[in-house]
Amino acid sequence: MNEFPLLSVRSVTKTYGARIGCADVNFDVWPGEVLAVVGESGSGKTTLLNCISTRLEPTAGTVSYRMRDGEMRDLYRLGEAERRFLLRTDWGFVHQNPADGLRMTVSAGANVGERLMAIGDRHYGRIRDTATDWLGRVEIGADRIDDQPRAFSGGMRQRLQIARNLVTAPRLVFMDEPTGGLDVSVQARLLDLLRGLVHDLGLAVIIVTHDLAVARLLSHRMMVMKDGRVVEHGLTDRLLDDPRAPYTQLLVSSILQV
Amino acid sequence: MNAPTYNFAYLDEQTKRMIRRAILKAIAIPGYQVPFASREMPMPYGWGTGGVQVTAAILGPDDVLKVIDQGADDTTNAVSIRKFFQRVAGIGTTTSTGDATIIQTRHRIPEQPLHEGQVLVYQVPIPEPLRFLEPRETETRKMHALEEYGLMHVKLYEDIARNGHIATTYAYPVKVEGRYVMDPSPTPKFDNPKMHMSAALQLFGAGREKRIYALPPHTEVVSLDFEDHPFEVQRFDKPCALCGAEQVYLDEVVLDDRGGRMFVCSDTDHCETRRANGFFGEMAEGGHDAQTSPLRGGRTEGPGGGEDGTNIPPPLTPPLKGEGNLSRPVAGVGSCKTSETSSFDCVAQAEGTPPGRTSSGHPPLKGEGSR
Repeated sequence: MNEFPLLSVRSVTKTYGARIGCADVNFDVWPGEVLAVVGESGSGKTTLLNCISTRLEPTAGTVSYRMRDGEMRDLYRLGEAERRFLLRTDWGFVHQNPADGLRMTVSAGANVGERLMAIGDRHYGRIRDTATDWLGRVEIGADRIDDQPRAFSGGMRQRLQIARNLVTAPRLVFMDEPTGGLDVSVQARLLDLLRGLVHDLGLAVIIVTHDLAVARLLSHRMMVMKDGRVVEHGLTDRLLDDPRAPYTQLLVSSILQV
Repeated sequence: MNAPTYNFAYLDEQTKRMIRRAILKAIAIPGYQVPFASREMPMPYGWGTGGVQVTAAILGPDDVLKVIDQGADDTTNAVSIRKFFQRVAGIGTTTSTGDATIIQTRHRIPEQPLHEGQVLVYQVPIPEPLRFLEPRETETRKMHALEEYGLMHVKLYEDIARNGHIATTYAYPVKVEGRYVMDPSPTPKFDNPKMHMSAALQLFGAGREKRIYALPPHTEVVSLDFEDHPFEVQRFDKPCALCGAEQVYLDEVVLDDRGGRMFVCSDTDHCETRRANGFFGEMAEGGHDAQTSPLRGGRTEGPGGGEDGTNIPPPLTPPLKGEGNLSRPVAGVGSCKTSETSSFDCVAQAEGTPPGRTSSGHPPLKGEGSR
């Protein structure tokens, strides 16, 4: 792995008045690494994700990112134009609800092609070929390219959303409960697909989930949050097999066994 | 003019000043939508309140005004706006494109090239080209500010994916001076090339949406497209049926309920000027007086909103050219066409024509090909 982190988070705090969204979070993400953020509902996972993906300005702390030129830049000191450019080229954001991340009224092909057109691709044939290729990679038939996502099942929509995000070859992808709301067999396929894509493309991923099985399958490292604070942080296998913090022990022991 | 209760050109001077400031700003930033405090006008939204306010703000006593609606000088909207300014400003009006200093338009740009010193005022219903793709105004303004126009191409992509070609035929988005993407108002895309490097000043007023934008003379206006699906304008198989003009935008006029139709210039002034100069199309056999055929005479007061002779005080307006023998069928206003068709028989019968005369009164219509 690279010797420099891709993303560096220092003392990030977000408060809503007296209430805490997340407090004093520190971590680094290296290129090609998958970091899972787990915790129960209301533990500040999503707030943290929004803070580091520039969707929500933190109250305190810094988030810096290594740009393609190798320079480390503080995200909240970038101009808005640069930040938005980053979000649609070098980053991806996979929402829990695909409708939030997709344009539901335009075809699947246009959904995948939107980022390409946003960065200046003006050749219809090429855009369409790329879209077809990406639909294939996320296991959506090429004959569905002109269908609107409304006509897709939940699992297909989620896969389409992933394709839409990965088409510009981002280096860092944020995922907010990507398997939430899907039934288990569809979840399994999606996880399989994600694991393959992450491995093939060398993506760095920050994935927020409450599902420890998802974290186990996908992530290299894990962070456990409770009440807005990080209670434990370590390699996934170590953390799940040998949880140290009392809350993590509770969390691990509450996994349902079938 | 005995209308002392109105200021010149209806609006008070402070309002005109406010609109002029918006216009100046719009000219300074071509294609940028300048918000302005749009006033309520004595006409409903959608009838050109934006265009009327812009016209009122730039109108001077020496100006000569032409108003067109879908290219026609004799449709309801055009007639009432022209009459409005005659009454509140006492200015001269014309239907001749070349003689006008200000041309207020809805949906068309005149065929005759505009010259320096002329101002073209567009009535704009929805100024935001991104509106139907992104409903949030805050977001579209940000997208304009940051020049994020990828979404506009998503729309064109969808067109091609669904129809095999770019099927947007009006309000076709353009990029102005390589910066702002602009909605050229619902003009047919046929007219987009006329905006490019035009010698005239072009002003766009949206009354309900409270925006003004502008194209200064000699501004670069490029229609958006894909490299492998380049922009192209509509083409017509036949020339104008009345004046034989080619390379002009034609309106389809339905003639009867048996599929008969004709294609005529949408720009009435252009059509009449050509006919006055001796150009005739295949359906304009010159020289005969009005017959019962709905194509000739007697139809100018039809329900399509033709000019009512009593509307216009004679001294101020030259008689409308459209009132002559070779009068074109009234107006090509899209929404009126169907009603005109169905009313042909009524008109004919009201004039005492035996039923059936309308169907036999004019020669069988040659298959005016599809576009």
